[in-house]
Amino acid sequence: MRTKGLGYYVGRVLFYALVVFIVIYSVFPFYWAVVSSFKTSDALFSPNPSFLPTPFTLTHYQNVFSGAAFGRNLINSLIVAGGATLICLVLGVLAAYALGRLRFPPKNAVLYIVLAMTMFPQVSVLSGMFVLLRETGLFNTHAGLILSYLLFTLPFTVWVLTGYFRGLPRELEEAAYVDGASPMQTLLQVMLPLTGPGLVTTGLLAFIAAWNEYLFALTFTIGNNVRTVPVAIASFGGATPFEIPWGSIMAASVVVTVPLVILVLIFQQRIVAGLTAGAVKG
Amino acid sequence: MLTVRQTRLAWLLVLPTLLVVAFVAGYPLAQVFYYSFHRADISFVEPTEFVGFKNYIFLLQDPDFRGALWNTLRFTFVSVFLETVLGLAIALVIHSNFKGRGIVRAAILIPWAIPTVVSAKMWQWMLNDIYGVINVILVNTGLVANKIAFLANPNTVLWAMVAVDVWKTTPFMALLLLAGLQLIPADIYEAADIDGASRWQQFWTLTLPLLTPALVVALIFRTLDALRVFDVIFVMVGVNTATRSLAIYNRQTLIDFQDLGYGSTVSVAILVIIFLFVFLYMRVAGRGVRGED
Repeated sequence: MRTKGLGYYVGRVLFYALVVFIVIYSVFPFYWAVVSSFKTSDALFSPNPSFLPTPFTLTHYQNVFSGAAFGRNLINSLIVAGGATLICLVLGVLAAYALGRLRFPPKNAVLYIVLAMTMFPQVSVLSGMFVLLRETGLFNTHAGLILSYLLFTLPFTVWVLTGYFRGLPRELEEAAYVDGASPMQTLLQVMLPLTGPGLVTTGLLAFIAAWNEYLFALTFTIGNNVRTVPVAIASFGGATPFEIPWGSIMAASVVVTVPLVILVLIFQQRIVAGLTAGAVKG
Repeated sequence: MLTVRQTRLAWLLVLPTLLVVAFVAGYPLAQVFYYSFHRADISFVEPTEFVGFKNYIFLLQDPDFRGALWNTLRFTFVSVFLETVLGLAIALVIHSNFKGRGIVRAAILIPWAIPTVVSAKMWQWMLNDIYGVINVILVNTGLVANKIAFLANPNTVLWAMVAVDVWKTTPFMALLLLAGLQLIPADIYEAADIDGASRWQQFWTLTLPLLTPALVVALIFRTLDALRVFDVIFVMVGVNTATRSLAIYNRQTLIDFQDLGYGSTVSVAILVIIFLFVFLYMRVAGRGVRGED
């Protein structure tokens, strides 16, 4: 047997150095936000900051939740992101079943329209959406924000779910028809349970996109009644313009990010599959 | 009989989606085109007036628009280039078999999961000119003598934005390229090994050409995303000429200047620019993919 040369070990060491670098590069900024959120203000502004949260304090978290506004912002974000996700899943499942499984002549035309929608930039309909929301009286309402979010969540959902429906075996459908089920019954009782994983993935991706959205939320809301978390965090101010409350900003950031990070790590495999399905089929 | 019923049902199922699309995309888009030919303010205090191509002529002579376009193009090219190189490196690392690749894949999902606004705030804190950890590390390791005001200096601020964007979006690039790598059959590498091709040769002659379709798709997605950059820049430095992107300029004309007419013209211009890029990529991709077949 040949022994491995020095080059092999040098290569391995370099490779693992690269691995460690990638992990630190990816994780450190978030780690730093978490550490900062637990530090006392003195420790935050020390010339030699510690890499551990010492001295440890929960003051910043108490500050974030002591005002009524941030809790309200969180609820708004939940309503808006949840509402947009729910609507686009229901509409998306119906459309995707038709596009993926039924005889539907203008199938490609519809898919191209959907694809084109995913490509055009949100900002380019900003003025039109503003006019629409004001004409319908939905400006500065949850419903208005949900409606505007369908612009980017719905096309993505339809696109990815169509792929899922196409991937299901034809025999199942045929067996259902032989048993005398209508196409609608087939969808609800046979196909839908099978697309469960696809629904979870696309729902999660739509939720994350809506939860993180900033431009529309900033432009179509006034005050804290409807304002969502990203807008709140971006506009966190101190007592004076010179006093930026970094501890509280980091605490608020951690609060809105931790649930996402946990969700993403739990559903890792599916999210990766969903992301790549959405893109690669384009 | 069944097929006729199926087609009718299909129409019924697609209809709600089509209606929503018409409502949230078709109608606003029509409004944007309409107002781009008008003089109008966003609160409709003044009567709206048809002005023909006046807004478009102004656009062509507007130095602020040109500045925003130049910032956006520099931001896009540099960040997409860096993301591609880094993303490819990360994808290759995860693709090779080693203990702990699960940890690496989980780690790179964290930047992707973090909201852009939060990522902007985190980096604003890290890049702080006095208390920021990046300056502390740079000074303590002796890399620089004095702390750098990354976000206040007009020469560094755009590149700081690029760095933040690269951190946040490289994972997406890496995941798309990883999916592409996993589609390449392993046996062609065995054949190349037998033929005595080095790893380096294998990368340039096998991996890269076979990865082209995935690379083009990832490039399209990231380029379109970078061209409409708004959140990172707006949250970190607000509106200033050194970093003002097209999207930021567009919102500024609409909301800050209340100019619905000209703001809509800027929107149309952004649309045209984005579609030019799509068209360009499609042509290049079409050629590349045909070459593959």
